[in-house]
This record gives sequence, C-alpha cells and structure tokens, in this order.
Amino acid sequence: MDRVNLPGGPAVIPDAASRPAIVLLFARLREAIGTAQEHLTLPDEVRDVAGLLACLRARGGAWEAELAPAKPIRVAVNQEMADSATPVRPGDEIAIFPPVTGG
Amino acid sequence: MQTEDFDIGAEIAALRRADARMGAIASFIGVVRDVNEGESVNEMTLEHYPGMTERALEQIVAEAKARWDIVDVLVVHRVGRLAPNDQIVLVVVTGAHRGEAFAACEFVMDYLKTRAPFWKKEATAQGARWVEARTADDLAAERWKQ
Repeated sequence: MDRVNLPGGPAVIPDAASRPAIVLLFARLREAIGTAQEHLTLPDEVRDVAGLLACLRARGGAWEAELAPAKPIRVAVNQEMADSATPVRPGDEIAIFPPVTGG
Repeated sequence: MQTEDFDIGAEIAALRRADARMGAIASFIGVVRDVNEGESVNEMTLEHYPGMTERALEQIVAEAKARWDIVDVLVVHRVGRLAPNDQIVLVVVTGAHRGEAFAACEFVMDYLKTRAPFWKKEATAQGARWVEARTADDLAAERWKQ
C-alpha cells in the first residue's frame, strides 16, 4: 500500500472524527450556564457521557457547579435517553437537562 | 405539541369518526393549578426539546399499543406560556373495553411525566422558579415495569 509521508508527520485527513458534536442545554441548566447550544470538538479521551460531563465540568464556574455529580442531571444522545456509559461520537447531538416535569 | 388550546369534545369526535371499533374512550386532562408548593402561581411557561419530544411521545404510544389491546392513542401537549386553569395536556385512549383503555391512559401519563422532555417554569409572587421533578411521579412510572 502506498503511503505518502509528508515532512512533519502524517497528513491530517479531514473525516468524520473531526466533526463537532452538538451540546444542547435545557431549562434550568440553560439559564444557569447561560448557553443553549454549542458545537464541541470532542477531545480524544471523551468516549462516553461520563467522559463528556467530566470534560465540561473541568471548565469550572457554572459548568462545574451545575453538572456536579450530586446534581440530578439527565442526558440524551441523539434524542434517546442515555446513561453515563452511553458512547458519544463526533457529530452526535447530546442534550443535558434536569429531570423532566411535563404533563 | 402546540401553543394553542385544545377542545376535548372535538378531539374525541374526530377519533370516533375515524374508527367504529371502539366501545370505550378514556381521557385525561392536566390543568395549571394556581398554587404549588405553598405559593400562588401567576403564570407557567412550558419548555420542550423539539424533535426528542415527538420521538419520546411516539415511543410511549407504541409501548401502550403493544401492552394493551387498544385502538388509538391521542396525546396533545401545550408549550409556551399558560395561566392558572389553562389546559396543559390531553391524553385520549380508545379501545373495545374500558379496562384496557383506563390502564393505557394512566400508563401514557405516567411515562409522559417521567420520559418526555418538557420542563415547567412557574412565575410566583416570590419570583420565577423551575418546577422540581417529584419522586411520586418516578414511583408511578416504576409500577408499570412489574
């Protein structure tokens, strides 16, 4: 198989892995953190919901306070309810919100 | 999902016109109360997650139809600003007999309250506050797993 080695290391090939994920916040979380939607390039170490929440908490401030492990938080990945082990991938729509109160 | 009000009479009439197999129609209407957690409520705002809301409700209706021998399920949920005494949600279940229609109607409401992405914010004299989820609602949904 032919490979082209460029000076300075392997070429960076744009592919699915470079697509950002979309993070959506709702209700109290949206207000407390002050954002409704964000495009986020997932760091390599973020593989699941638990990893994403840890990554967001590391920003400090309202992110750290509102997403603290003791807080009752729900997460949906691609519009399906998820748990901490649910995988997250580039291009996913990940929504974080408080327990629902409709009806 | 809609911001405008609904008319249960018109909704049921439409369901009855669509299908003559039904011998029973069970319904539930949720209404905005003027008091919650000891404080008077002047206004309520309902937020939802467009896209997921529709999917979640479709899944709940599909599960109800799989569990009970019913004909049809209608769910209407309002979003936006509501006042005390306004209607919030309508569930109508039609079937051949009342037992299954009653059970399925209760199931749809219990699951809607714990799985459909809606959030209520109340305006009270003491300021605005997000309504907290109730443990009783989780317990009500849990019993259907048995």
